[in-house]
Parts: sequence; C-alpha cells; structure tokens
Amino acid sequence: MKKNPLAYIPMQVWTIVGIFAVWQACVMVLDIKPIILPPVPKVLGELFGNFGLYLRHGGHTLGNTLIAFAISVVAGVGMAIGIVYSKFLEKTLYTLLVTVNNVPKVALAPLFVIWLGTGNASKIAMGVLISIFAIVIDTVLGLRSLHPDLIDLGRAMRGSEFKVLMKLRLPNAMPSILAGMKVAISLALVGAIVGEFVAAQNGLGFVILSSQGAFRTDRVYASIIVLAAIGTALYYMMEYAEAKLIPWHESRRSHARPTAPSKPAKGPVAQPVASDAKA
Amino acid sequence: MTETLTAPAPETHPRYAIEIDGVGKTYGSGDGAVTALDLVNLDVRKGEFISLLGPSGCGKTTLLRMIAGLEDPTQGSIWLPGRGLDGLGFVFQRDALVNWRTIIENVLLPLEFKGRRTKAAYQRARDLLATFGLAEFEDRNPWELSGGMRQRAAICRAMIDDPQLLLMDEPFGALDALTRDDLNFELQALWPDPEKTAVFVTHSINEAVYLSDRVVVISDKPGRIVDITEIPFERPRPLEIREEPEFGRIARHLRGVLDGHSARRA
Repeated sequence: MKKNPLAYIPMQVWTIVGIFAVWQACVMVLDIKPIILPPVPKVLGELFGNFGLYLRHGGHTLGNTLIAFAISVVAGVGMAIGIVYSKFLEKTLYTLLVTVNNVPKVALAPLFVIWLGTGNASKIAMGVLISIFAIVIDTVLGLRSLHPDLIDLGRAMRGSEFKVLMKLRLPNAMPSILAGMKVAISLALVGAIVGEFVAAQNGLGFVILSSQGAFRTDRVYASIIVLAAIGTALYYMMEYAEAKLIPWHESRRSHARPTAPSKPAKGPVAQPVASDAKA
Repeated sequence: MTETLTAPAPETHPRYAIEIDGVGKTYGSGDGAVTALDLVNLDVRKGEFISLLGPSGCGKTTLLRMIAGLEDPTQGSIWLPGRGLDGLGFVFQRDALVNWRTIIENVLLPLEFKGRRTKAAYQRARDLLATFGLAEFEDRNPWELSGGMRQRAAICRAMIDDPQLLLMDEPFGALDALTRDDLNFELQALWPDPEKTAVFVTHSINEAVYLSDRVVVISDKPGRIVDITEIPFERPRPLEIREEPEFGRIARHLRGVLDGHSARRA
C-alpha cells in the first residue's frame, strides 16, 4: 500500500495553509470588502508578482535589524559586565537604563530622525534602543547567579577576576544571555519598523505606510506576511544558536540520552548550578 | 586571605603542612555575635591525613574554609608552609563540576586558571581520571555521570595541580553507602604520601577513623577541639578493618566524646 504523499508535509505547513483557508472563507462567506481584507489569491499574487520589491525592502529591514541586534548584544553584554563589577556603574548606568526603559521608546523615534537623519542610522538606533535593555537585564542576572560553590572554586583556584569572568561567570550566564537575545531580536525588528514608519524611503515599514496611503491593502498584507517570515526566521536562528551554544543546559537536555554509568549509583546527582538562568 | 599569607613565621617547621594558632571565628558583633570557632590550636604534619569530626554546625567547615583562604579568621592566624594557598586543592560537598565542560575539561580547569595548561597536563589529567576508573568517561558531560563518578572527577580536579594540601568538605555526604565505601577505599589508597596532606571534614565516625591518621573532634557552640585521637592502622587499609575490635574501640571512644559535648545532651 502506498502512503499518501500529503502525509509527508509537516504539521507547521498545514497550520499556515489552515490560516489562509480560514482567511479566504471569511472573505467569501462574510463578503468582506477587499479594502478591509483582500482575498488570499490577491495578496499572494501581489507578493509573488512583485517578489523583487518585497525581497529588496525586506532585505533592507532585515539588514537594519541585524545590525541593531549585533550592536545591542555587544554593547549590552559589555554594559552588564560593567554593572556587575562596578558599584558606580550599577548606581549610574543601570539607573539610567531603567529610567530610559520606562519611557515609551517609540515616542523617541522622531527625535532620532532629527538627530541622525532619515537614513539607516536612525532605524538602527531605534532598534538598539528598544532591544538592548532585554540583553542588559538578563546578562546582569546571569552573571550574578553564579553558584556560591563555583565562586569558592574560583577563589580556591587562585585565578584573576578576569579568569573567573571568562571561565565561570560568562559561561554560566550563557542561558540567560541567550534568553535575552531571543527577546531582543524580535524587539530589534520592531525598532527597525518603527524607525521606517517615522521617515524612510526603504524597508517594509515604508512599504506598509505608503501602501496604506494609496489604499493598497493587498500590499500591506503582503508586507506583513514577509515580516512574519523574517521574524520567524530570526527566532529559529536564535533557537539554533541555543542548541549550539548551550547543549549542556537543562532546557536543552530533554532528549539527552540517559547514558548508563557502569555502576547503578543512586546518589543524588542534582546540582542546580545553572538552573536559575531562564528568566 | 592576606592575613593567612602574611602570618608571621619566626621559624618554619618543614614537618608541618598547616599551623593553626589560636584561631577563632565570630560572626556579627555585639549581643548578636555568634562564635563559630574558639581558640583552635592545631598543627597538621606533612603527609598526614586528618579528619575534622563533629556535629552539624560545629564550625568544622568554617575551619576548613579558613585554611583554604575562603574566609578570614577573626582571631589568631593560619600558616601554610611551602606553596601556601597556591598548593591546595579543594573538594566540595556537591562536586561543583561545571556543566558546560566535559569531565576532562573540568579536571583541567584549575590549570587554565593558573595559565599552565599544557599537552603534558592533558596527559596527566587522563592518567588521573584512569586512576579513579573514569578513563572511558573523560569526554562525557558531567550530567551524564552518577553522583559517585562526578565526585571522583571533582577529586581529580582538586589533584590536577599536584597539591601539597587536599581539603575536602564532606565530599561523600550526599552519596549512597556503597558508593561511599568505594570512594573511601580509593581515597585512602592515595596515602601514605609524604608530600600530600589532607584535611577531611565529615560527621561520619567510621569514615573519619577509616581514612585518617588523626581524628580531631570539634564540639559545637562554641566550636572547640575537644579530642584528638591517633588512628594506628597500617596503610593500605582494606575496608574490612572496620570489622576489627580495635576499630570498634576507637569508634566507640569518638562516639562517647561526641555525645559528651553535644548540645542536645544538655
């Protein structure tokens, strides 16, 4: 008996097909005007008919997002290290970051355009501003949650504080840092789009805003689909990074084979060194 | 820590590995002050295996941590002739292996801290792991090993830099009885070694008698040395010596000392 070829298509694809089906059914049954919700064929036709356009603007937004994300990671981890090691920086920089974080950052977007112009710089700055805080907070938490035994171990090994940072604190903080990065990468995308909304000639935010002005709802939807694809791809990129960088973490070990020790020792193996990370 | 390093040594006694002189430790001050240790004097001979035995909370771990330079005494001084704090290895109650390194990489960690990781060191780590029956597990992750194997790896890590002083804080307290026997046997097999001195904290009388050259009993509230018993058995010691009448006699003596000074008795 031959297996139905449809059975090879993964569930995730069926989910997306299902969303489109419900969308199309709503349009047909409820007779929704195309200006409110265009039919699926029209949106997909626009997307694939003008694919070059979406690729170019999508690439532009993605580029700004990745640059903002990279800056956030480097600067964020650097600031966190400073905050953890310096009482002064904790009182000044950390306080400043908390204050800035409580301002609705979107409100600052017009300021960035005034300062940095309508080019890429203002979008990248927006992306950094929105995403950096998640990384600083999670990295500070991760660096601080070194198990007391490991602090003692570092001291008993008589290494410099730099060694303790590089060989104990940072690896121990990796799960936290990656958790912060996962949040930050989607926030960097938000920042890039917000920047493009305020003033731009490029990027998906620009396409959405100008299409809205021209009542081209199909283009708005096509752009949102591309954005969803970018966001999802970025998320899975981070999942992949996690799998590669912290295969040792409890959250990554659910499928780890319980390799049998030679002796059935029953002693408690528990050692919750880094279990507090995933904040 | 500095105090431990700079403690005056009018004349060094090369036959001692640790000289503890009038050491006390008080936490807090004023009415709320708690004296964990009071006026401890103890000289540990080179090559000696010594156990600190006492009830929970009697300050034996505090004394060990002060020897390791992890805490400072509030009175008196501790002097480590020889390499001082650079020549010690520490074994924790819970192994304190790091999950992001394989077993052999964990063992090599102290050498990386001291910037002395070499090819030869790698080979030494392999040999050391083989001695403790972990040859096949050197590239495994810590979480794949049982508690006993993890603690063996932790002992290898403490020994990788060939320490003059091995400090152990109830290292087998969390293990089941059979694994504990195995580890006791493997640990005693490292002695006699004139270059290696051990301080072993435990609240198991049998473990202390089996492993040690001398057992130091510490009372609680405040922590004081109340008894020092020499253990006469020859090395190497088979586990069966625990069945001998002499072993039982020493164990009963220590039991009596502990009971006589236990706070619960009062």
